[in-house]
Amino acid sequence: MTTPLLMNIEHLTREYGSLKAVNQVNFDLKRGEVLGFLGPNGAGKSTTMQMITGNLAPSEGKITINGIDLLDNPKLAKAEIGYLPEQPPLYLELSVGEYLKFCAKLNGIQRQKQVNAVNYAINRCGLGEVRDRLIANLSKGFQQRVGIAQAIIHTPSIVILDEPTVGLDPIQIREIRKLIRELGNEHSVILSTHILPEVQMTCDRVQIINKGQLVFSDSIDSLNQSMQATSLIARFENCPSIETLRAISNVESVEDLGENKVRLQYKTSPAKQVAIEAVNNQWGLLELSPEQKTLEQIFVEITSSEKLPEHTHSEDAA
Amino acid sequence: MSILSIASRELRSLFLSPLAWSILGVVQFIFAYIFLTQLNTFIQIQPQLANLDNAPGATELIATPLFATSAIIFMLVIPLITMRLIAGERANNSLTLLFSAPLSITEIVLGKFFGVLGFLVCMALLLALMPLSLGFAGTIDYGLLFSAWIGLVLLITSFAAIGVYMSSLSKQPTVAAISTFGILLMLWILDWSSSKVADANATGALEYLSMLRHFEAMAKGLFSSADLLYFIIITTTFLVLSIRRLDGDRLQR
Repeated sequence: MTTPLLMNIEHLTREYGSLKAVNQVNFDLKRGEVLGFLGPNGAGKSTTMQMITGNLAPSEGKITINGIDLLDNPKLAKAEIGYLPEQPPLYLELSVGEYLKFCAKLNGIQRQKQVNAVNYAINRCGLGEVRDRLIANLSKGFQQRVGIAQAIIHTPSIVILDEPTVGLDPIQIREIRKLIRELGNEHSVILSTHILPEVQMTCDRVQIINKGQLVFSDSIDSLNQSMQATSLIARFENCPSIETLRAISNVESVEDLGENKVRLQYKTSPAKQVAIEAVNNQWGLLELSPEQKTLEQIFVEITSSEKLPEHTHSEDAA
Repeated sequence: MSILSIASRELRSLFLSPLAWSILGVVQFIFAYIFLTQLNTFIQIQPQLANLDNAPGATELIATPLFATSAIIFMLVIPLITMRLIAGERANNSLTLLFSAPLSITEIVLGKFFGVLGFLVCMALLLALMPLSLGFAGTIDYGLLFSAWIGLVLLITSFAAIGVYMSSLSKQPTVAAISTFGILLMLWILDWSSSKVADANATGALEYLSMLRHFEAMAKGLFSSADLLYFIIITTTFLVLSIRRLDGDRLQR
């Protein structure tokens, strides 16, 4: 492997009493990668995030960031990480500028460079107009952005965002997603969320965690491939018999869905043929659409199945 | 460096909150009232003092009792100032910011401690100005005044350390305040409860533990290294405990 690994996590485990919140999780993060961390509520997403940011000590396992062991050398390793937890850690009584200045100091940025660092974070997150306002008086969306600004102020190699769009309105969500995408150009990003389109829109790679275990890990491209349509939904005014439809070339199987609706399974799409037949035989075609498997379906399949499918691709395969 | 930035942020936030200003205002008013009462008493008994050999001076009759009473007021007020230090940040979820930054727990705790200590020393300085103002009208015993003031500062330093620790234990600032107050009061009353214990050894131990004993000696101008050590031990113990407690946050919850 020639691409340098930025973060390497091995056998990460966290127990709360007898409960294993995170169980033997392994993964890597490459430079410049945006990794989506998906999972239902209570799956262990936040616990994992807390461990890789040094907020929680793992019961077992090893976390290496840029070659530095987080547990042996927390100060050096933490300097490489910017973290926005679920609730942004803000001091409401300070103004945005004052707060970010404090964050710059905390992260050990030299005095002369502090102003630049604050300006960089403010510009990056579009906070220019609220710079002198108190954080307490800002809207949730702006507070979230201040939280992100805090995470990138020391230009860390990894930015970790835990559910950054929760509680925002649709416009704010779009803005934050755009910002995350932009961050991906300069930093590696780990994005934890349970909102699926967010992952599809912003990430290069997806990981799904369920009941503390990593059950799926793949690049978004190959995920999109597996989400390719394999069936058509068709609706006719005068529905022909199942056999007639089955006879159309490329149709593998036909399923009657009632109300003149059918599902046609295929390997190469028979849409054109179906349309021609429908017109020729006056079936009265009302609807013809490819049925796409959404990330949501994959997510539900993976997280709701009793036994965990061996879906985890190795890194070399991706 | 990072200790200093945490301390200055803490101090800044304190001065941005109405709580700190109202505490400063109210306490200052009470201090002034006590000071004037002591001054009045002194002026009344001054003619009789003139007839005495080796009569106590103004400093002894005004500053010492003023500082002694102010110690009790500090005991009531410090829990309110220290309660938010860690508990408040925990409730506010902002503790993560400090934990994620490249800082050691020691730096976090010391930063918070020095921040609040800065505020308390300001209060003590304002208090010291009152007896110092007597210097315009007469002579004062600067040595005695200084010893008493240092005693007071040492006392509030250990109060603050206890406050930091109690704040690190809880998520609710009010719980932290009540428990801090409980401990301070306990360390205070150990002294008079000691006289009710029959066992002489126990009496000695309780007296030694009592903060009042150690402070009183200093307020009278008796600066002994044993008392100094007592306050240093109390302060370090509670700071170390806070560091351990905060480190425990990371280990298990």
